[in-house]
Amino acid sequence: MALGEGHQRFIQTMMVRGIVNEQDAKTLHRHCCEVHREHYVSDKLEEFIQVINSKLEPMNMRIRTRSSEDDGTQYFALVNTANTELTRMSSDYADNELELFRRTLDLIMTSDSSTASSTDILNSADSLQTRKLTKSAAECLLKRLVFDDWLVEKRGDYSLSTRCVMEMEPYIRTMYDEEQVKVCSVCHCLAFKCQICANPLCTVKIHYPCAVKYFKKKPIQKCPGCSELWPNKVRECRQSGSQRHR
Amino acid sequence: MTHRKSSAKRSASVMEEDDDDSRLTQPSTSQVQKGTEKLTKAQIDEKTTELVQYFLVKDQKKLPVRRAEIVKNVLKEYKNVFQEIMNGAQQRFEQVFGLKVVEIDAKNHVYILINKLEPVEGDQRINSSNPKTGLLFVILSLVYMKGGVIPEGLVWNTLKKMQVDPGEKHQEFGDVKKLVTDEFVRQRYLEYTKIPHTEPVKYEFSWGQRAEVEISKLKILKFLGELHNQDPQRWSQQYKEATGQASASMSQPSTSTQR
Ligand SMILES: [Zn+2]
Ligand SMILES: [Zn+2]
Repeated sequence: MALGEGHQRFIQTMMVRGIVNEQDAKTLHRHCCEVHREHYVSDKLEEFIQVINSKLEPMNMRIRTRSSEDDGTQYFALVNTANTELTRMSSDYADNELELFRRTLDLIMTSDSSTASSTDILNSADSLQTRKLTKSAAECLLKRLVFDDWLVEKRGDYSLSTRCVMEMEPYIRTMYDEEQVKVCSVCHCLAFKCQICANPLCTVKIHYPCAVKYFKKKPIQKCPGCSELWPNKVRECRQSGSQRHR
Repeated sequence: MTHRKSSAKRSASVMEEDDDDSRLTQPSTSQVQKGTEKLTKAQIDEKTTELVQYFLVKDQKKLPVRRAEIVKNVLKEYKNVFQEIMNGAQQRFEQVFGLKVVEIDAKNHVYILINKLEPVEGDQRINSSNPKTGLLFVILSLVYMKGGVIPEGLVWNTLKKMQVDPGEKHQEFGDVKKLVTDEFVRQRYLEYTKIPHTEPVKYEFSWGQRAEVEISKLKILKFLGELHNQDPQRWSQQYKEATGQASASMSQPSTSTQR
């Protein structure tokens, strides 16, 4: 059975955009239904996407939802679910550029802050096995990775963009060991920017926006894993529009 | 710094990179090569999915796909069932993505994806419009209005009048000459061919195979109308031809998705 044209138009737009925020997803949902005169119910976006996913999943794709780690806003991205390789990037980047990206990923995955400094990244550009990248070529590449919305740069430190995390999740889970892959105890998604439990024997990590939601109605803030007092400040966070998502 | 964390699981990727290894681990391969054994539906589905993904990756850059590269990069030992897998991919593109696989070069078996859905007003608000498309349309309409083939000088002069100098780095387009004579040509929107017996060598532009199937003449006239604020009927000869084309192939898809 074929998908309706409204659903098809939604997929096409997602293929172009890669990632959209909740507001844009809602606008797009409405637009697609109206253009093709299909039944539109404003709060049925989730069901609309479920229908799409039922057709995409046999092809190892799906539209995935994830909350931004900064402010909890929802994002929707069209991702490849079986990708244990960086196929999505392979048409845009050369072999040695992809290798430097993998090295950057290594640095980010093994750092406590889930960031990699530009110095460390540029140093590894010297020792690539495919082909060495000059410092200026590596700097250019980092700019491109930020522009293409794979990395986010803040004062010389690089972290993974929301879109990158969504697309790379299968790759990351395949390539790294369990103790390297941090997962949020509330939403069970990958966690990079997160709060950690003070108990050294406890492994609980929680996204900042997830912590806000989780502790909201609790009189005392206790770790869901070990019941120790949660040491981090948790309050309603501001909507920051500073991060760029295309 | 020079070595990866040893704990990171790399084995999966190593296996995939090494063709011979993976072949050894698949006992069915030799049977497939002989074509004696019937493939299971799961095997066919898996290859079909791979082919769909391959097309989509290429289409991100609007690059055409050749049959030979499909066989080499995707099908490999399944090349005997090319048609079956291609049919499956075609069906999925039409039923799920609203796209269509079109063979633009029957001799060399070159395929592109085109959109089955008409672009509508409001798409732009959601899709960021691509400035390169505007440049492409300027050139395509120029070629069309001048009868189908024009010397390159005419294109460069027209662009210069629009403050786009092929000799300079443009803020939006970068290397304009490369974009027009390389990227648009590889995407098969334009053809850029040597004019015979010219010294020094001169080139001319015509529509590429992708433009022929993807962009309707009527759309070009509408574009020109918008550009010059005029009714497309003013170019009566071309208008007749274009509307003739449109009614002759109503169901023919006219534009690409990814722009
Ligand atoms: Zn979470
Ligand atoms: Zn704890």
